[in-house]
Amino acid sequence: MAQSLTRRRPVARERPATPLVAQRQRTRWSTAPVLLILGWALLAVLVALGVAQPWLGLAEPGAQHLTERLQPPIGFGGTWEHPFGTDQLGRDLLSRLLAGARVSLGLATLGVTISLVVGSMLGLLAGFRRGVLDHAIMFIVDVQLSIPFLAIALVALTLFGTGLPVLIVLLGLSGWEQYARLARALSLRTSQELYVIAARSLGASTARVLSRHVLPNIVAPLLVLATLQFTSLLLLESSLSFLGLGVQPPTPSWGNMLGDARNYLQLAWWTTVAPGLALLLVTLVVNATGDWLRDVTDPVLRRR
Amino acid sequence: MARYVLSRLLRALATLWFAVTLVFIGLRLSGDPAAALLGPEARPEAVEALRRAWGLDRSIPVQYAVYLTNVLQGDFGQSLREQRAATVVVHERLPATARLALVSVGMALVLGIPAGVLAALRRGTTLDRLLMSVALIGQGLPNFVLGLFLILLFAFHLRWLPSGGQHDLRGLILPAFTLSTYGITSLARFSRSAVLDVINQDYMRTAQAKGLPPSRILLDHLGRNAALTLVTVLGLQLSVAIAGAVVTETVFAWPGMGRLLSQATEQRDFPVVQYGVFLVALSVVTVNLAIDLLYGFIDPRIRLAD
Repeated sequence: MAQSLTRRRPVARERPATPLVAQRQRTRWSTAPVLLILGWALLAVLVALGVAQPWLGLAEPGAQHLTERLQPPIGFGGTWEHPFGTDQLGRDLLSRLLAGARVSLGLATLGVTISLVVGSMLGLLAGFRRGVLDHAIMFIVDVQLSIPFLAIALVALTLFGTGLPVLIVLLGLSGWEQYARLARALSLRTSQELYVIAARSLGASTARVLSRHVLPNIVAPLLVLATLQFTSLLLLESSLSFLGLGVQPPTPSWGNMLGDARNYLQLAWWTTVAPGLALLLVTLVVNATGDWLRDVTDPVLRRR
Repeated sequence: MARYVLSRLLRALATLWFAVTLVFIGLRLSGDPAAALLGPEARPEAVEALRRAWGLDRSIPVQYAVYLTNVLQGDFGQSLREQRAATVVVHERLPATARLALVSVGMALVLGIPAGVLAALRRGTTLDRLLMSVALIGQGLPNFVLGLFLILLFAFHLRWLPSGGQHDLRGLILPAFTLSTYGITSLARFSRSAVLDVINQDYMRTAQAKGLPPSRILLDHLGRNAALTLVTVLGLQLSVAIAGAVVTETVFAWPGMGRLLSQATEQRDFPVVQYGVFLVALSVVTVNLAIDLLYGFIDPRIRLAD
């Protein structure tokens, strides 16, 4: 396959054929920097509160109180009734932020799962079968790499309209090519290993060889990539929702909260700062986690 | 070299062809293409007329051929909102987007490289750590969140700069900076490591002993190797600026193509979206092609290996 130098170089080439077990033993959670552990704690609290939001006794995220519009947060003249203040419809920001966490983080997780599964399977097949199938899959990978996904998403949203199913399909489709490239490169190497050749010569089917012998040996770098991809999906969803094309009101997502807040920047900075900081926190923590995981598991995986 | 150029050119064309074909498939999957093209509020006669004009009563291969011919002739249909050709509507908005994209590339160069070189020359100091932490954070920062925060700080709190939507130079600063964070951070990290790679080499000491000024030494010895990465990062920055324009222009109410595209998507103005996205794909594919060709030009090993 001709490699375009503008994109990632093939990843598996220089990787030493160390058995994965040895690498796993080197992964020590205690080596994580203190700041990162603090970030995980914050993230865990955010997720827990997001899941528990309906039972926290906060105002309904969708409940409008037009008499309490654009109230400031505590410390800036606000009251404990709305700790983070309210938005332009008098909805409680804290409760929307937590409900939005559920939606935004949930959608990103779903998207990562879909693209991880689809991309890895196609990449495995391409690397294992070679031939025409390999060329076809890699051609589509190259096309998707060379066209910004947001552009593809805009066409799809114009044709099929906005809605949750379309959004989920789009999130699942974006980024699959990263896993496909990685899985292909890794399976090319793994399929040359003695244990795979032995299994095949004993008559094991392709499905069995892939699932029992190849996949377990390449799953760690794929999961690291998934961590790094999580933030791209979070950003895709929030960008689309910010533009009014993703998650539709009244369902809150951090993106559409920011989209609403855009019109009230001058009047109520807190409506922007709350979801903005939440996005920032999650992006920084997850990116740092991905980098750290990559460093401890496999120094060859590189970020774009 | 001719073979290298030809193979890159073919790849670029194949990519565009595939993208256009995908849109055709999407059109067919979405139901009646004529209805999709004209939108839900179209008069039945108009739908019928388009159906005949595009040969939608004929077989799929014929339809595909008609579609490709139209696209090749630059006929992307009429905008549904304005009674004008989609191409005209989009072209009006191009200069604003191009200005923003070019300024963002310039900013990446002017801010990114000095920051990286400075960090390398002051390696291990607080300044180095500070610059590199900012670069690391900047790389993961969601573009539109940064844009909104910049507006809050510089436009509404400090009142130094307009919040956007203006054509003068001051109005360009915030949106261009927002778009250029990718380029600034990548260039800063790259130039730092590039300088560190050569700074302790023997020939650097020799050059210093000869009495050459440090700036001259850096330029001479980093020249060719750095050019490769520089070209890549600048090309990618241009792609990022074009694609990122959709969100950034909405944040700053900038009257460019990106804003038009997001509005047209919301209004389901298919011809405008189709042509705008085609242009985005075309420019990104062209930038990639240019990078590949420059690569082959700068480094003979690459064109020979292919």
